[in-house]
Order: sequence, then C-alpha cells, then structure tokens
Amino acid sequence: MTRQTEEKIEVVSEKSERKVVVPGEVIVVGDDYLPGEGARREGEKVVSSRFGLAEIVGRVIRVLSLFGTFIPRRGNVIIGRVTDVTFRGWVVDVDAAAAGFLALDECPRFINPDEMDRFLAIGDIVSAKIWNVKTKGCDLTLDGKGLGKLEGGFIFRIIPSRVPRVIGREGSMVGLIKEKTGCQITIGQNGWIWVKGNTTDAEIRARKAIEFVAEKVLVEGLTEKMEAWFEKNK
Amino acid sequence: MAHKRPDGRKSDELRKMSAKVGVVPNADGSAMFAFGDTIAIAAVYGPRLLHPQHMQDPSTGILRCNYDLLSFSVSDRKKPGPNRRAQEISKVTEWALLPVLELKEFPNTVIDVQIYIIQADAGTRTAGINAASLALAHAGIPMKDLVCSVAVGKQDKELVVDLSKEEEDFEEGEGATDFPIAKIANKDAYTLVQMDGKMSPDLMAEALALASKACEKVYEVQKKALKDEVEREAKE
Repeated sequence: MTRQTEEKIEVVSEKSERKVVVPGEVIVVGDDYLPGEGARREGEKVVSSRFGLAEIVGRVIRVLSLFGTFIPRRGNVIIGRVTDVTFRGWVVDVDAAAAGFLALDECPRFINPDEMDRFLAIGDIVSAKIWNVKTKGCDLTLDGKGLGKLEGGFIFRIIPSRVPRVIGREGSMVGLIKEKTGCQITIGQNGWIWVKGNTTDAEIRARKAIEFVAEKVLVEGLTEKMEAWFEKNK
Repeated sequence: MAHKRPDGRKSDELRKMSAKVGVVPNADGSAMFAFGDTIAIAAVYGPRLLHPQHMQDPSTGILRCNYDLLSFSVSDRKKPGPNRRAQEISKVTEWALLPVLELKEFPNTVIDVQIYIIQADAGTRTAGINAASLALAHAGIPMKDLVCSVAVGKQDKELVVDLSKEEEDFEEGEGATDFPIAKIANKDAYTLVQMDGKMSPDLMAEALALASKACEKVYEVQKKALKDEVEREAKE
C-alpha cells in the first residue's frame, strides 16, 4: 500500500517533464517506459523518431511535433476551401496531402442536387469534421456543433501542430481570447483559423493574440501570460 | 604530419561549421548548413500529393531530392539548370536519406527536398545532405535518426578530413582523392560512399574511422541547430 502511494507521487512529479529531442536521440533508459507516438524502443532505450517535444506522462513517452504539415486524423475539425462541386458532393482543400470530400448525404439539411452551389460554391470556406481517413483523401461531415459554411470575417494560418496550444486545456485559451476581443473564432486542426468580430480592430487583435500563443511552445502558465498580454495591448 | 594543409588545419580538423533551421519561411521545413565557405540551403515540402499520378506508390510515400549548384556559387558562372552532375548528386542524396525516413505512413504522397548550393568550395554534396537531413527533421517527418555527412580526402599519401576546393585541386605526388561519405548518426551504418581518385584498401578502413569521428562533430552541430530553433522561439 505504501509503495503504491510512493509511485503515485512519482508520477505526478514526472508529469511536467518535457524536453526537446532530435530524431534518434535517447529519451530515457529503462524497461518501465512505454513508447507512444513518435517514440520507439531499442533494447533498453526509448528513442525519439522525430524532432519535437518529448513528453513523459506516467510511463508513456510521446514526442509531439512542433513543425510541419497537417496529417488528417479521424475526428479532427478542420477549415477548408471548396475547390470543386461534383454531382454527389464537394471537394474541399484541407491543406493536407490529399483533398477532403464532403458528400451530399453528410449535410444536415436537404439540398437540391441541381442547386448545390447555392449552399457551397467554389471558393467558399467551410468548417467540417473528418469522419474517415482513406489513402487517397478524407471524408468530411457537417454533422456536429458549429460546423458549416463560414461567412464574413477572415481566415489565416498557423503551424498545425500549435493548434492544441491555441485551444488550451478544454478550450480555456481560445475562450479567453474570445472573451477579451468579443470575436467569434473557429480553429481547424489543420491550422486554419477563422475570426469574425464586430470591428476590424477586434479581429486583428484576436489574430495577434493567437499568433502570440502559437509562437510560445515551451512556456508554462500561458493563460496568465496571455492575460498580461491583453493588458499591454489594449 | 609531413603534409601541411593550405589553411593550417590539422588532418582531422573540419572547416568551421554552422547550421540554422527554419531559413525558408514558406517551406514546411528548411535548414542551412555550411562547411567554411560551402553553404547549402535545403527546403522540404510535404508530404503532399504526388504528380504525375503514375509515380504514386500506394504502399509508401516517396522522396524526391533536387540538388542544384546555383550559377553564382562558383567563380566561373555555372550555366543554370540541371546537368548530369546535378542529377547524379540528387539521386545519391535521395539514397543517402531514404534509409532513415519512415514514409510508410504517407501512401501516395511525395516529400520534395530542394537543395541549393549558394556558395561552393568543395564538399557541396555533403553539406547538402546535412542540410537536407536537418530540414526533414524540421518538417516533422518521422525519422529513425539524423544523417551526417562529411568528405575524407587524401593529399598524396596523407588522409585529411573535409577538403576545400584548393585541396581538391592538389596535384603533387599521388594527387588528391575525394571520398565523401554519409553516416546514420547513432548507428555504424553508411548511406553514401563515393570515391573520386585512388586509395589502397587498408587506407580505406582508416579513412572510414576518420570519417565516423568527423560525423560525430557534424551531429553535434546539427543537434544544436534543431534545439536552438525551439529555444529561440521560446525566448521571443
């Protein structure tokens, strides 16, 4: 029983352990650890398979990438641009290796197949969820809260791997930015961000705030820093 | 040490190296690597959809390298565009990097690596491979390890590391030999071994040992460049 408590304390203290690793670098030595995403085991050692931040959570070791393109995963909400209207759906550029396809059946309301471009035309921006990833693209759906065509405002792009930082724990960071600027913000996992506010100044302020967060990869206690930033940039 | 090198280096001493990551803002990953006056820039794009479509491989992603010696990089203007030499170096660079990449996760896609030599003073392919390896890591592509590359040379009968252009043109005695190699950083495995000149088999083993030692120094520079990029962002 006592041993168990001891172990628990250890796990808590290990939780904040993060370090920058390069491919092939030994992260930890020991049989207790489990290599997760971006890590692999080589005999006694756990070795990194990519350049990024190694994170030790309990026994699991993951390496989170900090740069690079978006790799679609099931369940990701993305923002994309319609590039083609076909007879059964829309082809959407999701800023990944392969295009996304939004089938007509995946729209929440009835759309007349003869007038599909009334709903989404070429060049329109849409937020959608990936429900299936195939080798030659991914399937999108509009079935979900807040998904659909995005009108007004503007979009810009950040490095996709910084998106979790911008969203924050349970949306705390984006919630703070929304509250301080009064803008509507939709963040796609592919790094595209849509901002719409009452004034252009508010929109630009929101964009600057998001870019500020996206730059800070190693900083702890970012929410407090963000509040200070808003004080400074009124 | 009978032979004296023109720039006064020791036989196992490399030229001053410098490396920087994130030099091309529009690329997914990029890096600069320099051996003295030889400067290479590499930019990585992808994984992205591969065109022409018939080149697509449904079982794995592919790597496509393009090495280019820019027209102003040498003292006599080089005619711009690809030539036989550039094609060969592009291909061997591809082969040097492929063993460390894990491209099975990205079927039907391509990773494009553009390598530009903006200043040439011998050892351009090795500088190019070092830069490309950094740029691929920077682009977040899954890799087993980094690739380090360096050239070992021979001046008459003396082995030296990292030849400069002046040393490459050495003509006394047996003349100069250029022996560029690339090594997987934490493994005793070589991904590029070329040779221009002549070398006896027993000297070859010695040359490889010299190269592995030099590669360790290259690896330290590469590692520092990658880590500095994250720390620089954190500081700003």
